[in-house]
Amino acid sequence: MPVTTTRDLRARGSVPPAPPAPPASLVPSTRRKVLGVFWLLLAVSLGTALMNGRFLLAENLENLIRRTALFGILSIGAGFVIITGGIDLSIGSVVALAGCMLPWLLSVQHWPPSLAVPVLLGISLCIGLAHGLLITKLRLQPFVVTLCGLLLYRGTARGISGDQTQGFGMGFESLRYLSVGSPFSLPVPFLSWISEGRFSPYAVHPFTGARTRLAAITWIDIPMPFLLFLAIAIAASIFLNRTIYGRYLMALGRNEQAARYSGVDTDRMTILAYVLCSVLACFGGMLFALEVNSAQPVDFGNFYELYAIAAAVLGGFSLRGGEGAVLGVILGTALMQVLRNAINMLGVPTQIEFAVIGAVILIGVIADELVRRYAAGRRKVLGS
Amino acid sequence: MNASSPDLDATPLLEARGLTKRFPGVLALSDVHVALGRGEVLGIVGENGAGKSTLMKILAGVEAPDAGELRLDGRPVALGSVREALSRGIALIHQELNLAENLDIAANIFLGREPRRGGFIDEGRMEREARAIMARVGLACSPRALVGGLSLGQRHLVEIAKALSANARVLIMDEPTSCLCPHEAEALFQVVRELRAGGIGVVYISHRLGEVTALCDRVLVLRDGENAGELPRGEMRHDRIVRLMVGRDLSQFYPHVPHPPGAPVLEVSGLRTPRHPEHALSFTVRAGEIVGVAGLLGAGRTSLLRTLFGVTPAAGGAVRVAGRAITPRTPRDAIAAGIGLVPEDRQQQGIILEMAIRSNVSLPSLRRAQRYGLLDRADERRMSAEMIRELDVRTPSDAQPAQHLSGGNQQKVVIGKWLSMSPRVLLLDEPTRGIDVGAKHEIYQLMERLAASGMATLFVSSDMEEVMGMSDRALVMHEGRIAGELGRAGLSEEAILQLATGSDAAA
Repeated sequence: MPVTTTRDLRARGSVPPAPPAPPASLVPSTRRKVLGVFWLLLAVSLGTALMNGRFLLAENLENLIRRTALFGILSIGAGFVIITGGIDLSIGSVVALAGCMLPWLLSVQHWPPSLAVPVLLGISLCIGLAHGLLITKLRLQPFVVTLCGLLLYRGTARGISGDQTQGFGMGFESLRYLSVGSPFSLPVPFLSWISEGRFSPYAVHPFTGARTRLAAITWIDIPMPFLLFLAIAIAASIFLNRTIYGRYLMALGRNEQAARYSGVDTDRMTILAYVLCSVLACFGGMLFALEVNSAQPVDFGNFYELYAIAAAVLGGFSLRGGEGAVLGVILGTALMQVLRNAINMLGVPTQIEFAVIGAVILIGVIADELVRRYAAGRRKVLGS
Repeated sequence: MNASSPDLDATPLLEARGLTKRFPGVLALSDVHVALGRGEVLGIVGENGAGKSTLMKILAGVEAPDAGELRLDGRPVALGSVREALSRGIALIHQELNLAENLDIAANIFLGREPRRGGFIDEGRMEREARAIMARVGLACSPRALVGGLSLGQRHLVEIAKALSANARVLIMDEPTSCLCPHEAEALFQVVRELRAGGIGVVYISHRLGEVTALCDRVLVLRDGENAGELPRGEMRHDRIVRLMVGRDLSQFYPHVPHPPGAPVLEVSGLRTPRHPEHALSFTVRAGEIVGVAGLLGAGRTSLLRTLFGVTPAAGGAVRVAGRAITPRTPRDAIAAGIGLVPEDRQQQGIILEMAIRSNVSLPSLRRAQRYGLLDRADERRMSAEMIRELDVRTPSDAQPAQHLSGGNQQKVVIGKWLSMSPRVLLLDEPTRGIDVGAKHEIYQLMERLAASGMATLFVSSDMEEVMGMSDRALVMHEGRIAGELGRAGLSEEAILQLATGSDAAA
């Protein structure tokens, strides 16, 4: 096995992405999938960058990093639930609830942010708790429970807000800084020579033909959500890999009965996963609303649960449970965002955006399965 | 039906010559010869990995051999698939039965071959024919009964009926009794004997040597993918078979030596399990004592262990461990009180197959392997290395997933999980089911060592030899109650059966 190196996760957001370093402790199948999604991400990024220089423009990269961070927060939550072998279909509706209620509470009800934010996080905690209790104590199926949640929370959001678009107006700048701010910039050498100069240090004006010398260093503003996401990702990674509770989650996802027989409080761990998922969805939903400054209850956060689930699956999570790594979720989320961006950049009609994303995910999953079978075929040892 | 007499004709019914099968990295079978006569029951035994399953798969058309040939009635045949094998009269009955539980018996027997009339299933004919075949295998219930409601023994009979309805002349049975209780097994043997009388050849694969010697006309022993030897009926003896299987003498199969029992460790009084709340169970297990629990399937043995371990909370009564009263409501409570359970279903309850051996071993004791709230991986590694050395688990590395281990080594890991917790009471449910003779012996030695160190052991087993060989005392259960207790001196097959079947008048 290759040696584990400790690469800074931050390097991932910049281009070219740093080589991934799945910890050696990952199970081989997760390792393979994480590597696979990394190469796919690299290939799509490089291809898009070569075909359209605007892909590497500072503002495009900043936007990509911000979107990846926002969606990544949801995906990590989804990952926790998927590890238990469950599913949470209500993520998008919790995003809508949080995204509509925050501006409503602040602008319409004139609550102070110091009250509105904790109240919403508390509500999402109760939502996750309700999901977890129904699934563990009443033994309802996660799909059914969270499907009802999907309808329930969006309907609630629409009802409370009277189906009106909610926004923050001009105020709440310090709060919105969490989503649109950028505390610092990172220098990336020669980036503009590639994006604008197309492999030369000069940009040529399309009409006048005038040549301008490009700066050798491009400064990329690191968006605030990325730092929040990073903190969450590191915390999630430590939780999953370095605490006994992460091990419990993995164990119960693989075989709940055996985990219970080993003294793991499987119900409590499952509930915890649903609570984390809903709270992260709520947090992400508030950030989404703060970013766009406008949330329509009817479609805000629509399909976000599916993006989150797809990102987790792309990143190596198995819907059967017990398998997955945070690094994979990050790469999977980034891949989804880069794909959407590439579709824009390459002039693919946006109507077929979903079709392209669907096809890429399907091809990725099929390729992974073929690789797995090939590897299993070579390893096959029988004869008992 | 063939009307030939039980004595063997000159040409074997089914013969395999020079079978060789290679899997990547393993020579599973090497030049193996098998001959099965008409009306013969041929036992095939061998340790896990000896090649039994591979041989069975080749005979039944699941796998094709790399070299060698199969002859049916003296003529070479190539079996391309299970379907083809079945059409030639060779049927395989898997250890894990392949029945649709939601369908009735008749539908299962004729699944895929339903008699039809005008495009619809001819239910009347199907039921009539099913009834006739069921009578042959001694299944005395309605062909319309759902398979899901049948006992495991009855399901085996349905499988046999299914094979017979396809005119099978060769029946390959893989560990048919591993999940059956003694009287179900006896009923099955009776059916096998009748089939033999009808000229059908039976290949009988089993780990249970007692059954093989009782049932088979001849036994073929495989070792490391080769013919290790054959014994005719007159020469079948336990020790001779074992010697062929392992290639050496197992000086003493049951290493049990009685210990002076110490202080009471597990005291159960008036315990009522949720499965049989009408009976109150009371008994004591002392330090260093191994107490066997015998009984038929469904006698409440497993539910007793599950209640003690907190899987299903008790409906009443009191349990004391080392003098302290406990009421385990979850396995976690039981573990905290010093109880460990090696469950009946190893792969579903005992072990997490895809997880590394190390993580499996440490799972119950992770709480202790923490430092500053984080998992202390060095401590975990030390724990698992110690267990692997102590129990002699054969693996290149403890980072391997547990599924790569043989059944016996998996079972050692399940026991090893508890050792680092140093429990006072160890509950074992069918600890040697489905594992080979060599590993069985190691498990016995382990039980013995733990008892010598003062552990109170309660073990459930359907293998009567094992109960007699390993127990200081045995409790015999019948329909949810403890029908009696037998001291080591009074342990005999008859005594156990008498209590287990309730033929004993006393309550």
